Formats: sequence, structure tokens, C-alpha cells
Amino acid sequence: MDLFKFEHGREGYYGEFGGAFIPEILRSPIMELRQALQAAKDDPTFWSEFVALMKTYSGRPTPITYLENLTKYLGGGRIYVKREDLNHTGAHKVNNVMGQGLIAKRLGKTRIIAETGAGQHGVATATMAARFGFECVIYMGEEDVRRQRPNVFWMEQLGAQVVPVRDGSKTLKDAINEAMRDWVTNFDTTHYVLGTVCGPHPFPEMVAWFQSIIGREAREQMIQIAGELPCRVYACVGGGSNAIGIFQGFLDDPVELVAVEAGGKGLQSSKHAARLASNHGSVGVAQGYKTYFLQNEDGQMLDTYSVAAGLDYIGVSPIFSYLAQIGRVRFEAATDEEVVAAFQLVMKKEGLIPALESAHAFALALKEVPKMKPEETILINQSGRGDKDIFTVAEALSDKNWKEFIKQRAKNYES
Amino acid sequence: MRVDEYLRERLKRKRICLMTHIIVGYPSFEANLKALEIMAENDVDVVEIQMPFSEPIADGPIFVRANQMSLQRGTTVDQYFRFMEKATARFDFPLLMMGYYNPVFKMGEANFLDRLQSSGGRGFIIPDLPIEEGRNLFDRAKQKGLAAIPLMTPSSTEQRLKELGKAGSGFVYVVARKGVTGEHTKFEDDFADYVQKCRRATELPLAVGFGISQKQDLDFLVNHVEMAIIGTRILEIWENNGEEGLQAFLQEIKQYLERLC
Repeated sequence: MDLFKFEHGREGYYGEFGGAFIPEILRSPIMELRQALQAAKDDPTFWSEFVALMKTYSGRPTPITYLENLTKYLGGGRIYVKREDLNHTGAHKVNNVMGQGLIAKRLGKTRIIAETGAGQHGVATATMAARFGFECVIYMGEEDVRRQRPNVFWMEQLGAQVVPVRDGSKTLKDAINEAMRDWVTNFDTTHYVLGTVCGPHPFPEMVAWFQSIIGREAREQMIQIAGELPCRVYACVGGGSNAIGIFQGFLDDPVELVAVEAGGKGLQSSKHAARLASNHGSVGVAQGYKTYFLQNEDGQMLDTYSVAAGLDYIGVSPIFSYLAQIGRVRFEAATDEEVVAAFQLVMKKEGLIPALESAHAFALALKEVPKMKPEETILINQSGRGDKDIFTVAEALSDKNWKEFIKQRAKNYES
Repeated sequence: MRVDEYLRERLKRKRICLMTHIIVGYPSFEANLKALEIMAENDVDVVEIQMPFSEPIADGPIFVRANQMSLQRGTTVDQYFRFMEKATARFDFPLLMMGYYNPVFKMGEANFLDRLQSSGGRGFIIPDLPIEEGRNLFDRAKQKGLAAIPLMTPSSTEQRLKELGKAGSGFVYVVARKGVTGEHTKFEDDFADYVQKCRRATELPLAVGFGISQKQDLDFLVNHVEMAIIGTRILEIWENNGEEGLQAFLQEIKQYLERLC
């Protein structure tokens, strides 16, 4: 299945989804980017350069880990995990960012901008900018700045300027709008490192291409380690970059692909970010592309909610709207409560700390695995590590000792 | 009369036309009507009335906030068109819909054009709808005699400018510079070259917007284009100095333009 073989005149469309709904002023940088991406794809040395960089700088290939304890504990299918959390900066985000860094270098840009929700994409971008010597500005919703202060701290230490966005719901979608506005003004010198498989063409194609490194490795590793392909692959979906990354390794195989969205306080509530797993999403056009959005009947975007900042987004990759529509990917949701429980279980039984985003994939997988046969296997993408979530998790668990510690620290600063 | 014909007619008695802007529902419908009244008294030629949207990616901070406030106060698409109906019945100048594509997409393009026409609107400016994606909407609008206004930009190639000119009707919105609305633009010599390129690409009247905030900007534009667009500055004045401020500002512009004749 070649997702990127577009019909003439339908470039950037995945079925009815995708496109490039951009202000005219952005046409020139978008065309420049399309040409640069095509040239990189046509150049056999580019991908090797990317893989070599990821090997020496980010620790790729990331391993696959067999979760023996959880497998025994739950019964049913065998559980394998792709360890994207072991990348430099702690998440799959770095794959896309380093790739786009190479593209920006080819384009002769000197300044990098990005948006970030959970902060992982921002940290990865600030890291790339430091490594490549780019000036760097990161836009982040004020609410996300509040939730993810440790990542803000790291971005600033890496030399990036973090700009809190106070418009709208003060989360990822607003950070994207603000980054677009910066790009509209400064594209001569600036490359916009969009963090997920959304936005106007060619961003979904470009991000999916760099993230495909996860799936390419995972397919080979499953054959080597498990001796067979998995029956199912699970990944969480905010915009969809880690999921499209791992799924691309298995699109042509008889493997069920399961995407897990943020169920928040439950799909019956209005506090979630399930665009495809709930019946609250509908097709719309915003932020440069056509896809399923959480919006009202006038086409105004709604506020979304998730315990995981990285999944808290109104849209979803147009590639996923298409794959869901043709039935190639099954969409489900996990609630905050299920996610925190899965997070605790994985830590206690396996000593792994998944990011709250990745814990969504775990939550659903661990629910389904007991119903599978012992000879069946599943693969979960652990897209990032959970250290960044220490405040959120401690709060969700209402951990007394942690609260005491924070109070004490605050007191120290007061004196 | 089509919008381009209307503009040419107006230019028989003035050297440059003026388009202004309001965001429907902000600060209130009553304030919108009052602002339109002041615009009518001061010989404004065209007004774009913005349909608020939750993700206005081409707008600067002042408009972004106004969009949000309007939505928070509950402005709906239906109310927008009812306002347009009321305004077109009361004022002589053409009113254009300005807004983003998603509300249009949600209501259906054919429905949107019908509703726009029946509300007395004379055309639309949708900055996130490039001509490739908007071909049907642009063609249907032309058939109905509505103005489908394209945006030309300083980064457009000559070939692209021709495509934009061909796709549009009514007039062309010439974006003065890169960036979003609401920052000041310096009009310098290379701007004249750019406008000449736009001129060669279309027979439609040219209107320049983005960053026009003072009467001195008009000195430059008067010799180059058919219409100047003042948007953000109007809202800023309304927010800071209310209707009296707007009255004084537009009166000053009006007198300035009269002296140029």
C-alpha cells in the first residue's frame, strides 16, 4: 500500500482527506518544501545519511522488549514493546525532527520554529537546533506550559526561546496557529518543523516518511525476536506520528492495526480528544488540511481534553481519517482512569515508564490481550518515556509524599 | 452592478476607494451597526465583515482575540447572515463576507453562496482557501455575479499572479507584505514594482491591505491602486477611543482623500 502515490492534481490527498488549505503567502515556502522533500526522497544517499545520524546521535535502532511478566500476569497473547522511549530526548519525536533538520539544512534556512503540546516535540526540536546551529523558537499553549514545566525548562536550557500562547484554549492547536503566523512572516530564513502528521501537504507525507523508520525496524525485529509478525500493533494517536511510523511497517501484512485516542473523562462526556473513536468528530478544514475534527455544527473547533498533553488535539492526521474510513486501522479510546491504571501496572510489573501518551496504547492492549491465544503476539509502541509526566501522575494518584515534597520545595524558594 | 463596475464608477469622482473591516459580534452587534453607520457617513466604499472563526490563522493578535470574544459571546453563522441581511438593507455600500473556509465547508458551498446572496452580500474573501481548493466556489460565485476575491502576495511568481487574476472577480486583494494582519507596513520603491506585477496579471481593480494605519500610507497608494484597505487600525481605534475615535479617524481620512482630488 503506497499512501504517497498521489493522483495527478490530487497531491497530498488521502482519499478525501488532506490537501493544503493555506494562505496564499505560504504557497512559496510550501512549494519549496515539496520540492526539497521530493529531491530528498529521490536521493538514495539522503535516507542513509538520516539513518546514520539516528544511529550515532539518537541510539537507533531502538530495541524491542518482550514483556514476560505482564504476559504471564495477564494470560492470553504475548506482549512485545517497541522502545521509542530510548531515543535521545526520550520519544519518537526526534526521528521527525532530525529528518526535518536535514531538510532545513538543504534549504539553507537558519532559523527553526515549532509548536509543542506535551513538550517532547519542543525538546526534540530545541535539541536538533542546538546540534545543527539553528536559531530556535518554540510555541506552546500557556496551559501546556503550566502542565509541562520540566520540558519548558529543558528547551530553554537548550537555547530555545519558548513563547507561551495565550489565545484560544491555550493548548496545541493554538500553538500551531501561532507557529503558522510566525512562518507566514519569516519563511525566507525559517523552517517550520511541524511535529505531527497533520497540517498542509507535504507535512503529513514528510513526517510519516521520517517516522517510518520505526515500522521498518519493528517489522524486521519482530521476525528476528518473536520469529513472526505480530497479530496486532497498538499505538496512541494524538496527531498520529508515532502510530503512522510503526504502522507503515505492517500496512501490507495481515496485521491488525489499532490506534488509541484520548478518551479523557469518557466518550459520553465532552472532555476527551477522540476524533475517530467517538461519534463526536466530523469532517472539516482547519490548520491547513481536511480531516476529522472535534467541532460544532458551525465548524468552530471545540475544546479537547486529555490527561496526556500530547494527545489533546482537535484534529487527526488526514492519513488516519483515510485509513479509518477504509477499515485498515481500528480506532479505540482509553480513558484517563484506564491510562493511569495501565501506567502503574506496566511500571510495577516490568519496570518500564511509558509516557502518559503511550500509556493509552498500553491501556487498550492490556485490556484486549487476555482474550487472545497464547500463540498470538502483540506489539505496542512505547512512543515516549514518562519522566516528564511525574507531576501529572503524582497528581492523578494524589500521592501524599510527593505533595509534601512539593510544598517543602516551594517553602524553600519563599525564604 | 458587479463590485468591479461599482469601484470603477466610484473612481470617477475620487482618486482611491476605501475598504474597512468589522468582526461580526465583536464587541457587539449594536457596536457593529454603529461602526457601519460611521463608515457610511464618511464615504467608505466597501466593508468586509468577518465571520468569526476559532482558528483564524491569517490574522494578527488583535483580530484573533476579537474572533474569540465574538464566539465566546455566542455568535453563530446564522446570526452572522441575519446581521448581514440587516446591514445590507440599511447601507448602500457593498458588504463582503470575510472569513475562513471551515464554516463555509460545513454549511456546504452552494448553500453558502445562496445564503450570502439572499443576505445581500456581494462577495467573499477567504484567506485560507487557495484557488486550487476553491475552484468550484470561485466559479459558482462568478456565475451568480458575486465577487470571489483572490489574494496576491509579494512571494507569488508572475505565473501565479496570472492564475490568481484569472480565478478571481470583483477585485484583487494585494497583500502588502509577508505576515499577518495588524502590523505596520513600510511602503517603499520595491512595493511599486510588486504592484506593477500584479497590475500586469489582471484587469481587475487592485486593493491593498495589511498594515495600513495612517493617512500618510494613502499618499503612496493613491498613485498605484484603486482601493486601500484599513482593518486592524479601525478595531484598535474602536477599542481605545470608541465611536467618537472612529468618527474622528474616518473623517480625517475622508477629508484627506477629498484634498487629493
